[in-house]
Amino acid sequence: MAASTTTGDFKVIGTRPIRPDGVDKVTGRAKFGADYAFPGMLHGKVLRSPHAHAIIKSIKIDKALKLPGVKAIVTSKDLPQAENKLEQSGELTVNPRHLSMNILAHDKVLYDGHAIAAVAATSPHIAEEALRLIEVEYEVLPPVMTVDAAMRPGAPILLKDLRNNEEGDKPTNVAQHFQFKRGDVAAGFKAADYVIEREFNTAMVHQGYIEPHNAVGIYNSDGQATIYCSTQGAFDVRSLSAHVLGMPVGKIKVVPAEIGGGFGGKTTIYLEPLSVLLSKKTGAPVKLVMSRSEVLRASGPTPGSKIKVKMGATSDGKLVAAEIWMAYEAGAFPGSPVAAGALCIIAPYTVENFQIDAYDVVVNRPKTNAYRAPGTTQAAFASETVIDELAEKCGIDPIDFRINNGVKEGSPQIMGPPFKRIGFIQTCEAIKNSPHYKSKLTGKFRGRGVASGFWFNAGMQSSAMVNIHTDGTASVVTGSPDIGGSRASMAMIAAEVLGMPMTDVRPITADTDSIGHTDVTAGSRVTFATGMAVYEAAKDAVRQLIERAAKVWEKKPDEVEFRDGMLHAKGNGVPPMSIKQLAPRFPRTGGPITGRASVNPRGVGPGFATTVVDVEVDPDTGKVQVLRCTIAQDAGKAIHPSYVEGQMQGGTAQGIGWALNEEYFYDDKGTLRNSSFLDYRIPTCLDLPMIETIIVEEANPGHPLGVRGVGEVSIVPPVAAVANAIYRAVGVRMTQTPMSPPRLLKAILKHRGAAQHSAAAD
Amino acid sequence: MHAIDYEAPTTLAQAVSILKAHGENARPFCGGTDIIVQLRAGVRRTEHLVDVKKIKELQTLFFDAKQGLRLGAAVPCIEISESDVMRRYYPGLTEAAHLIGSLQIQNRASVGGNLCNGSPAADTTPALIALGARARVVGPNGEREVPVEAFVVSPGRTVLKPGELLVELLVPAPAPHSSDAYLRFIPRNEMDIAVVGVGASLTLDGDKVKAARIALGAVAATPILAAKAADAIIGKKLDDAALEAAGHAASDACSPIDDMRGTAEFRLHIAAVLTRRVLSIAAERAKKN
Repeated sequence: MAASTTTGDFKVIGTRPIRPDGVDKVTGRAKFGADYAFPGMLHGKVLRSPHAHAIIKSIKIDKALKLPGVKAIVTSKDLPQAENKLEQSGELTVNPRHLSMNILAHDKVLYDGHAIAAVAATSPHIAEEALRLIEVEYEVLPPVMTVDAAMRPGAPILLKDLRNNEEGDKPTNVAQHFQFKRGDVAAGFKAADYVIEREFNTAMVHQGYIEPHNAVGIYNSDGQATIYCSTQGAFDVRSLSAHVLGMPVGKIKVVPAEIGGGFGGKTTIYLEPLSVLLSKKTGAPVKLVMSRSEVLRASGPTPGSKIKVKMGATSDGKLVAAEIWMAYEAGAFPGSPVAAGALCIIAPYTVENFQIDAYDVVVNRPKTNAYRAPGTTQAAFASETVIDELAEKCGIDPIDFRINNGVKEGSPQIMGPPFKRIGFIQTCEAIKNSPHYKSKLTGKFRGRGVASGFWFNAGMQSSAMVNIHTDGTASVVTGSPDIGGSRASMAMIAAEVLGMPMTDVRPITADTDSIGHTDVTAGSRVTFATGMAVYEAAKDAVRQLIERAAKVWEKKPDEVEFRDGMLHAKGNGVPPMSIKQLAPRFPRTGGPITGRASVNPRGVGPGFATTVVDVEVDPDTGKVQVLRCTIAQDAGKAIHPSYVEGQMQGGTAQGIGWALNEEYFYDDKGTLRNSSFLDYRIPTCLDLPMIETIIVEEANPGHPLGVRGVGEVSIVPPVAAVANAIYRAVGVRMTQTPMSPPRLLKAILKHRGAAQHSAAAD
Repeated sequence: MHAIDYEAPTTLAQAVSILKAHGENARPFCGGTDIIVQLRAGVRRTEHLVDVKKIKELQTLFFDAKQGLRLGAAVPCIEISESDVMRRYYPGLTEAAHLIGSLQIQNRASVGGNLCNGSPAADTTPALIALGARARVVGPNGEREVPVEAFVVSPGRTVLKPGELLVELLVPAPAPHSSDAYLRFIPRNEMDIAVVGVGASLTLDGDKVKAARIALGAVAATPILAAKAADAIIGKKLDDAALEAAGHAASDACSPIDDMRGTAEFRLHIAAVLTRRVLSIAAERAKKN
């Protein structure tokens, strides 16, 4: 671990206890959404569009309804009209109308896999057979698959009502244009000795969580509904489902199941309202589970993009200007993270003159959703490759170049206000001083690349309760589904405050009726914000413990101190009392003790990471093997270092997959051709080295424990780092992802041809 | 998935009679690593699955230095890669069997099933073709032998007629100073289907190539025998020029497509690269035999 600025004499925080959810997971007892079963439960399946873009002329369900075992079928006619407006839900901006149109297509299908109808039957097989009996008549329209095609004048229009902020009442596929600028870009480029201008294209990629989406809906005749599902945000499922179903939020209870990965992809809804609608029609609980193919075709991946970056530097290595144009595939409905990408693309550096134009563009692909530092990996691939090239032009080590231009406390952020304490430079220095970077890379066709990344991290609302049990142990109740080991961190924070061993604290994730509102597990916010709520709730419990001890001792509360898990009376020789000793006296001193806190913290600390990758390229096949990889990331304070390292390794692994092989492969009709884990190629364990980690701890001044979010920024640097490593291995600059063997081989052969040509010319 | 009838006969005669009775609606299966996936995905439909794993002839792995190899159609891949005889005499076929899926899959999958599935990208099929293997088929009208290169007729379709069943693969005994090898290209290091697969066997006479067979997978509608690629090295020393010529000829024999696994252009290039590499490996092995 690199030097830490986080002070505090911790007993539990910073250690590596076994995770409290571990036993259930390794013994198979953990209950995931698809594991729920209820008496009389029916099984649902969803009919999906085979076309990328078509008008639905008619849907006939009579034949399917007659199949024995089929109990109900729903189409968009069963959905109430949802409002066409923008609303904040967690970290997402949601248009309820579009959300409803994505749950079940209204008059048009907008991508291969778009849901059209849902069937409930007595078995999943009957439901599946019933789908074959539903007759849909389409008028097929030309698919619009790329931002170029969507932005071209005369392009087919996906959403007839879509208008943007610049073109008046003109129908368009461009949902929004964002612009961020500072200084004088022309003057900046004039001062530059080197200017690099490149165009990048990245493919749409999926989060690749192992567990498919699932939901069990139970609608009761009293108008109350319960939904069991694997989600990153039970409260978001509740509010989004309420929008789509036209139900009051208070009539829906959402029970978050154990979750098999999300990475941002489980922050919205797909099956949940369908399970409730089908349950309402049949009176029985209804379960829906997606297949892998459905997950890839119809859940929310992260956008493919086209990004043009022009950057200038002086010969002594100072970045002086940046001009950036970027357009992201939002999918079928507006809402790509292109603005986030724009705000992150040069965020690690101080650039006095810049202009960034960003476009959110609808295309005939699934509606994109969050994926780990949404929108930022695409952006960093572009900017960090250009920065590598500028460093090379200036003859400066790529890490030194980053350090020289890197932001630190007081540097202006893209939006203007200065950064508080941050650890970007420290991540660069940690890599520079790492055994990896200091090692010599030898051998043919091998290269080393570095890249850095920034991510905002989020705050948002969280609630927590700390209950002291009658035996003096405790439980921690939060509303944050645990996707990265957060139950361990929550138990550790409570244990630290309560002076207990972590094993005396049982953490649980409660349903939406059992804990105060808690926003989605996303934006790397849980350890920061829910952790702050747990910290405050534990402090609240301690305050009550002090009051009770004071009562027992017939003293004033300020005459009692709490330290190391013991209550001490000030001044005289009264022996200290443990919580275990005090607990039996709760009934006679005021009743049970529950510490509570609800927070909406503002002191979010942004995350930075720097990654170094060594690769070997087979120049005859274009295949890349990653030999070694090290990431340094600022965690502020690592509550459970193993799970911080896990986040760093996980994001890096996903980034390497994104770099090398992952892509949505559509044919010319707009049909997804690789909707399986066979042909959608996430890395296997044989494709990755052990990813080395260096945790930097530059305390976040906005958090009582110094915590910064750690879940996302690790995915930002790897794509660019791999590209930069490939360049050093074989001399070609890759500007398109994935850098798959066919694409890289083509570039190598072109480069070889050009080299032979110039050699012949000499 | 719809309901499917299942039967597991224990004799060849029973199997043929069941298959005959159900005609087009029945399909023999072995490990199920392809067909169960295809049925679940809805890309194949059948009403009747006939499990052939319990038939003795299909489970036989027998090697004789003169007669060669008799490989029962249902012998699981893992038995091949764990067999000393297979590793010694047919290292190319063995490495192809060892590449299929994962170890867990190899416990169920068989070389015979790999062939009958009819995929152009089957790993063991080019290895079998390179070895000059023949397929012994029985059916309602008796039995017949089919050279493996003629067994697959189009993607997913084989010469097997309704009621017919692949019993075993007959592979000639290796000649002195001969060996074989198989290489495939995949974008990852595991869990992929061949983008190009090349099998080769050759026999050396001193430093010259006396006989050779080269077969390719995933570069045409079916696995193919590239006779001209072999001709390019027969009677020659296996030097860089000969390897280059064989690679070119192999590439010329291909008629690949663009798909999610690779472009046609890429496959043509890789066919040549792998042909050169696989011949070098086979030659190194042959020198030791």
